[in-house]
Amino acid sequence: MREFSTRQRVLWIVGGALIIIYCLFPVAWLTSLSFKPPADLTNRQFLPTEPSTENYRQILPGGSAADLFMPALRNSIGISLIATLIAVVLAMFAAYAIARLDFPGKRLILTSALAVAIFPVVSIVTPLFNLWRNIGLYDTWPGLIIPYLSLTLPLSIWTMSAFFREIPWEMEQAAQVDGATSWQAFRRVIVPLAAPGVFTTAIISFFIAWNDFVYGISLTSTSAARPVPAALSFFTGESQFIEPTGAISAAAIIVTIPVVVLVLIFQRRIVAGLTNGAVKG
Amino acid sequence: MAAITLKHINKEYGDGYAAVKDVSLDIGDGEFMILVGPSGCGKSTVLRMIVGLEDITSGDIEIGGQRVNEQAPRDRNLSMVFQNYALYPHLTVFENIAFPLRLAKTPDAQVDERVRKAADLLELEEHLERKPANLSGGQRQRVAMGRAIVREAQAFLFDEPLSNLDAKLRGQMRTEISRLQKRLGITTVYVTHDQVEAMTLGHRVAVLRKGVLQQVATPRELYDEPANLFVAGFIGSPPMNFIPATVTDGGFATPFGDVRLPDDRTAGLGDKEVVLLGARPEHFDDASVVDEAVKDRGLTFDAHVDVIEWLGNEQFAYVPYEAPEDIARQLAELERELDSEALRTQLVVALDATSRLPEGQTASLWLDLRKVHVFDPASGANLTMEAPDAAPGAGPAAGDDAVPGAQAESVPDPPTTT
Repeated sequence: MREFSTRQRVLWIVGGALIIIYCLFPVAWLTSLSFKPPADLTNRQFLPTEPSTENYRQILPGGSAADLFMPALRNSIGISLIATLIAVVLAMFAAYAIARLDFPGKRLILTSALAVAIFPVVSIVTPLFNLWRNIGLYDTWPGLIIPYLSLTLPLSIWTMSAFFREIPWEMEQAAQVDGATSWQAFRRVIVPLAAPGVFTTAIISFFIAWNDFVYGISLTSTSAARPVPAALSFFTGESQFIEPTGAISAAAIIVTIPVVVLVLIFQRRIVAGLTNGAVKG
Repeated sequence: MAAITLKHINKEYGDGYAAVKDVSLDIGDGEFMILVGPSGCGKSTVLRMIVGLEDITSGDIEIGGQRVNEQAPRDRNLSMVFQNYALYPHLTVFENIAFPLRLAKTPDAQVDERVRKAADLLELEEHLERKPANLSGGQRQRVAMGRAIVREAQAFLFDEPLSNLDAKLRGQMRTEISRLQKRLGITTVYVTHDQVEAMTLGHRVAVLRKGVLQQVATPRELYDEPANLFVAGFIGSPPMNFIPATVTDGGFATPFGDVRLPDDRTAGLGDKEVVLLGARPEHFDDASVVDEAVKDRGLTFDAHVDVIEWLGNEQFAYVPYEAPEDIARQLAELERELDSEALRTQLVVALDATSRLPEGQTASLWLDLRKVHVFDPASGANLTMEAPDAAPGAGPAAGDDAVPGAQAESVPDPPTTT
């Protein structure tokens, strides 16, 4: 590590602090909002005059908005997890093939994956809405999981093939000489080595599915499949003159928690460099 | 344990590049065979075809008398040490060594016993619970060897196993590999580009050049009787000197004077007009210290020594000279193929360490003509080597002493210009 002079260190700390404030200020504001009683919402103060958990009680079981929020939370968790799992497993095989094999159409797969990834979601949501209604996928979990896969798979394939390419091919050849079948070599050597890549991809996929709003609002109509971001827009105040801002903030804070927890759990595993020591050092 | 036989092996890559051309090789049971050559000569490809990581375009490979061309690597029961060791970083040293046994579903007690035995052999006991990332280069190398010896493989294959180690460790591990092979007595194929490893480790050495097998022989034969220019230039450090010479009546005209070689050295000469004389640095000497009895069996000449390198146990003198352009170009070509670069045509002369030959002056040097090889510059073939064909049984080595003094006599040397 390079030693910093005092001046440089101060600049780094100040710069870092500015970025952190810039990034976290909206979150802090949201947190403050979620603890404000309805009367405080527009009082133009950062801190609530009298912190209350009224907003949380409203959306959690037993509250007035609970039947809107709780099923949505369940849908969000279920749909995102399933979409992530499928994306990671499929992408793992696809990326392995792309990284290791030379087959005709390899570039086509990669470029079309990229094309799918950058395709504007809004333009396909209307045809999808019609199609899903006709074939009975409208307002179901698979009806959301499939479009989510179209978002997460290309990204997963790209990130994971980059990770697989990093793994020296000798690892696998060594395993084969040691008596492993291709599948054993993949499972016992390549997958453990690619674990940081798998986790990174899984987290990215999960966030994409978790944060989606357009598909969530367009392809669902009831709490059977409606995810949280869509459900938030259906919150209403106690009367039509009261904005549901407090409840929305509280719900937003709650859906942020799994994301933070996930990152905290996996951050150590995301740290690459697991392949250190595999080859000459 | 098993013998490995290669029959007319060819390897052509998808782009039409022929990496290995018609290589046939018999590796005996328990033999230590070295594949050596400059980078890109196809030696690693041959090894990878033996182990099954590379498809064979044509030809047959037999291990223990059984054709294995289509067998997957795991069915060939060979073990291999890779150049970069290819240790599994997520497993401990113990599990790394145990990996082949685990795949074979060996019972735990037996795994433990055999891993500890291998670790004991390689002095790895105290590292068994560590991860490869925390080991030094030499330790990783030993783990890779442990993984190779832990199961009863038919043969060991080494792919430049020492090239990632520093010079001192390389020397130690070289001895260690040699000891291990003697102790286990397992057929071993060892790929290297380092001729010191080739000469010291192998029972026999196979020299490859551009995918073509040049010569398979014991290290001693390789050094004393190289089959062609390439082998002669590749084996030996510093390399053999090649001196351009034109054939004259009963002798050769060289930049250092006219020489007349013993008959047995020129048996294959035929009607060539231009040849290359090959002389190893140690076959030269300071003329003033040469014994009178042998002096007339060599060529004494004056030459300008421009640099002397003193190494303690010996010293090298460098003698630049002018060579005809086409010969110089050919020598430069050969050098390039041997992964080095010739800036000028020069003689490298090995002198006794005690010699006080002055630098930058003209010195009187002596070349032992009984050891000189004659090469055809066009084909590269060693014309001296063809002698046994003409007179079976009379090898060049046997002929040395039989040469009458008169025939070995050199023409009185004219003063040489440099």
